[in-house]
Amino acid sequence: MGLMVFMDAFIQQLLNGLMSGSLYALVALGYTMVYGILRIINFAHGDVLMIGAMVGLSVIRLLQAIWPALPAVLVLVLATLIAMVFCALLAVVIERVAYRRLRHAPRLAPLISGIGVSLLLQTAAMLVWTRNPQMFPQLLPLEPIEILSGESGHAAVTNSTALTTIAVALIVMVALLVLVERTRFGRAMRAVAENPQVASLMGINPNRIIVLTFAIGGGLAALAGIMMASNYGSTHFYMGFLPGIKAFTAAVLGGIGNLKGAMLGGLLLGLIEALGTGYLGAATGGVFGSNYQDVFAFIVLIAVLVFRPSGILGERLAARA
Amino acid sequence: MSTPVLHIDQVNKHFGGVAALSNVSLNIQPGEIYGLIGPNGAGKTTLFNVMTGLYSPDSGRFQLDGKDYQPTAVHQVARAGIARTFQNIRLFNAMSALENVMVGRHVRTRNGLWAALSRHRIAREEEAQTREWAHRLLEYVGMSGFANYRADTLSYGHQRRLEIARALATEPRLLALDEPAAGMNASEKVQLRGLLEKIRDDGHTLLLIEHDVKLVMGVCDRISVLDYGRVIAQGTPEDVRRHPAVIQAYLGASAHV
Amino acid sequence: MTLSTAMTAPSSKRAHFGLLLFTVALVLAPWIVGHAGGNTWVRTLDFALLYIMLALGLNIVVGYAGLLDMGFIAFYAVGAYLAALLSSPHLLQQFPALVALLPAGMHTSIWLILPLAALLAAGCGVVLGAPTLRLRGDYLAIVTLGFGEIIRILLRNLDRPVNITNGPKGIAQVDPVQLLGVNLARTQELFDLRLPSVYLYYYLFAALVLLILFACIRLERSRIGRAWMAIREDEEAAEAMGLDTRRLKLLAFAIGAAFGGVSGALFASFQGFVSPESFSLNESIAVLAMVVLGGMGHIPGVILGCVLLAALPEALRASMGPLQQALFGQVLMDPEIIRQLFYGLALILAMLYRPAGLWPVKAGGAR
Repeated sequence: MGLMVFMDAFIQQLLNGLMSGSLYALVALGYTMVYGILRIINFAHGDVLMIGAMVGLSVIRLLQAIWPALPAVLVLVLATLIAMVFCALLAVVIERVAYRRLRHAPRLAPLISGIGVSLLLQTAAMLVWTRNPQMFPQLLPLEPIEILSGESGHAAVTNSTALTTIAVALIVMVALLVLVERTRFGRAMRAVAENPQVASLMGINPNRIIVLTFAIGGGLAALAGIMMASNYGSTHFYMGFLPGIKAFTAAVLGGIGNLKGAMLGGLLLGLIEALGTGYLGAATGGVFGSNYQDVFAFIVLIAVLVFRPSGILGERLAARA
Repeated sequence: MSTPVLHIDQVNKHFGGVAALSNVSLNIQPGEIYGLIGPNGAGKTTLFNVMTGLYSPDSGRFQLDGKDYQPTAVHQVARAGIARTFQNIRLFNAMSALENVMVGRHVRTRNGLWAALSRHRIAREEEAQTREWAHRLLEYVGMSGFANYRADTLSYGHQRRLEIARALATEPRLLALDEPAAGMNASEKVQLRGLLEKIRDDGHTLLLIEHDVKLVMGVCDRISVLDYGRVIAQGTPEDVRRHPAVIQAYLGASAHV
Repeated sequence: MTLSTAMTAPSSKRAHFGLLLFTVALVLAPWIVGHAGGNTWVRTLDFALLYIMLALGLNIVVGYAGLLDMGFIAFYAVGAYLAALLSSPHLLQQFPALVALLPAGMHTSIWLILPLAALLAAGCGVVLGAPTLRLRGDYLAIVTLGFGEIIRILLRNLDRPVNITNGPKGIAQVDPVQLLGVNLARTQELFDLRLPSVYLYYYLFAALVLLILFACIRLERSRIGRAWMAIREDEEAAEAMGLDTRRLKLLAFAIGAAFGGVSGALFASFQGFVSPESFSLNESIAVLAMVVLGGMGHIPGVILGCVLLAALPEALRASMGPLQQALFGQVLMDPEIIRQLFYGLALILAMLYRPAGLWPVKAGGAR
C-alpha cells in the first residue's frame, strides 16, 4: 500500500519534473550557446523569457479581441511564434548594445552590463504590463488527464498543457540538434564555438554566427516563457529571474557550452527539484517542502561548481584569442 | 662539484598517450646560466611548468640546493626559491612598476593584517625596506626613472625588465626565464644579454628557455637540448653545437651549423 | 585592461587632506541637509552612511581583490538578524525557558552586538568562500548570488519547525542603540542643541564610517592591499610570485563580510525591525552599483557613488512626481520605476564608456 502511494507520488513528481525540466532545458540552451562562444553569462536571458511571456500575453489579448472566432490553439500558436520572433530580435539588440563592445573586456564587465539590461527589461515590463501579476489565459483544454498506476486506482494527474510543453520542448531540442549537427549553418556554429578566429579564416563571419546564436537563444526563451505562463496561469515582471538562474545551473550541470549537456542538465534539474521537494516535504510533514524548492537549485549549483565544475558531459569552450 | 642549485632526475610526464617528458635529467650549478632549447613541441614548456608546480610529474625527483622539493602548489614554488617570468609578460597592469616589484617582495616579508591596520614600528620599517629594495631593483635593471609608471604604459623592453626585477625581488635561488627574448629586436637582445650576464656575475643562477639559438649559444654556460620529450644533448654551447643529434633535430641531417 | 585604474594611491599628504575634508563634510552635512530638507533628508543621510559602510566592505572584495560578489547583502542580513535576535523580545517569546536566564529581557548592548555581528558575518564569509573562491570570476558571481538568495529564503522560512526568524513577518521591537546611557531613539538635548534621533544616529554611523574608512585606507597601502590588487590584476602571476591567493581571497571576503555585518547590525537597531524582504538581490545589486559606478577600488569614488545612489530615490521622489504632474498632468512613472530604469542604464553605460567608474584614480604616465 505504501509502495503504491510512493509510486504515485513518484510518477506525479516525475511528470512535474519533466515539465519544469523541459523549460529549464530550453532556457539553458541559450545560456550554454552564448557562454560556449563568448564566455559571457548572459544575465538578461531570464528576463527575455519574461518578455516573451508578456508579449505573448498581449498578442493573445489582441487576437482574442479582434478575432474572437479564432480557435484557441491557433491563438496560442500565433502568439508563440510572434513572441519568439520578437525575443529573437530583442536578443540581437541586447548583444549589439550591451555585449559586443565588451567581448575582450575583463569578464566582470559584460556581467555587470547584463545586470543592467536585466533591470531595464524588468522596468520596461513594469511600465507596460504593470507590477501586478497578469493572468495568462489557458488556451489548451484544461481537463485533468489521469495517469493510472496500477489497481490501487491512485493516479498521477496532469493536463494537456503540461504534456504539450514536454512534447514541444523535446521536438524543438531535437530540431536544434539536427540543425547544429547536420546543416551547413550548424557546422559554422560549431566552428565558431570552437575557435572564432580560425573559423573566420575559413570564411565564416563569427559576428553573424554570434548574432544568430543570440537570436535562437532568445526565441527559445520566449517559447519557454509562454509555456511557463500557460502552465502556471500567470505572468509577472519578475518571473524570469529564478528560471534564469536555475537554467544557468542546468547548463553548468550538464557541461557549459555543450548543447546536449544543457538539455540533460535541464531535465535533470527539473527532476531533482520536483522529486527532492516532494519527498522532503513528505518526509518532514510539510515543514521543509515546496517553500525550499528554490534552495534546491542553488544547492545543486554550488555543489556542481565546487565538485564538478566541468559538468556531467563536460565543458565545450571556445579557444581564447 | 658543489651541490647543484637544481637537480632534476628522471622526470616523466605524459598527457593521455603522449609522452611529453621522458626520463629528463639535468643539473644546474650555482652561478651559471643554463639554457633549455629544442624544437617546438619538444617539451621545454612542459618541463618548465612541472618545475614550477603547474603540472605534477608522473615520476621523477627534484632537488633544490640539495633538498628534496615537491611543488604541489604554484605559490609554494617561489617560497621555495624558484622565481619565473612569463613568455607573454604577465605584469600587474594597473599597478606601478615600483608596486609590481614590491609584490615580488611579498614572499620574503611578513606584514599581515594587524601590521596593516596599526602600522606599528616594525611594520613601518618592513614597509620602508620593501620600498627601498624595490627602488634598488628597478635601478639594477636600468629603470629607475619609471618607478611610478603604470606597468601597462611601459615599453615592451621595459616590461620585460620589470618582470625580471619582480622575479629577483623574491630572492630566488633560481631565476627561471620563459622566452625572455621573444619579440625583441637585435639591439634589445644585446641589452638583455648584458642584463642576464650581470645577474649571473652578481651570483645568481639562471635557467633560460629560448628559441633564439644564437642568443642561447652566446649567453649560456651550459645547455640541455630537448626533442620529443627527451634530452638529446647536454653540455657547453660548443659541445651542443657540434652534436649530430642536435643538428638533425633542428635542421635535418645534412645541415651544418 | 582591467576594470579599475591605478591602485597606486595618491601621495600620503593628499590622502590625509582628503580625509580631513571628508571628516569636516561629514560633521557639517546633517545641519546643511536638515536645514534644506528637514529630518527626512537627514534620515536619508543615515541610510547613505549605512550604504557607505556596505560599499566600503564590498569594495575590498570587488575593488581590491577583484572578486565579484553578487550576494553581499547576505552579510548585511546576518548582522541585522543577529542584532534583532539579541535585542528584541522575539527569542524570549519563542523560548520561555530563556526568560528565567534573562529576567530583565533580551537587551544586548550595542558594544557587544557589533563585534559579534562582525565575527558572525566574517564566519559566514569564510564558510561561503572556502569552497568557492577558486571559481572563475563569473561563476563566483552566480554562486554568491545563489548564496544571497539562500540566506533570504532561509530567513523567510525559518519560522518552522522552530521559530527563529519569525518568517516573512520579520522581527520587530528591536532595541534602539543605547550609548553611555543615552537612548539614540529619543531626541536629546546637548549644549543647548536639540538633537533629534536621526542626528544622533547620524553621528554614530559617521564615527563608524570613519573607522572603517581608516581601516580601508591602511589596508590599501599595505603589503596585503598590494597582494589583493596583484590577485585582481593577474591571479596566476601573483601565485607564481609566491602569494597564497586562496588565503588572501578568503581574508578579503571575511573583512568585507565583517563590515557588512556591522552595517547590518546598526541598520536593525536604527530601523527597529528587520524582515527578509529588505535583503533581496536588488539590494546586492544596488551596493554593487555604488562600488562599480563610483570608482572600483578607489575609496573617494565609492563614497561618491554611495551618496549619489542613496540620495537618488529621495531626489527622484521629490522631483519626478511634481515634474510629471507639471508636464503630463499625472504621474506616469512611479519614482521607484525611474530609479530602476536609471540603475539599469547607468550600469550598461558605465561598462561601455567608463568602466573605471565616475571617479577613478588618475591613470597612466608618471605621477
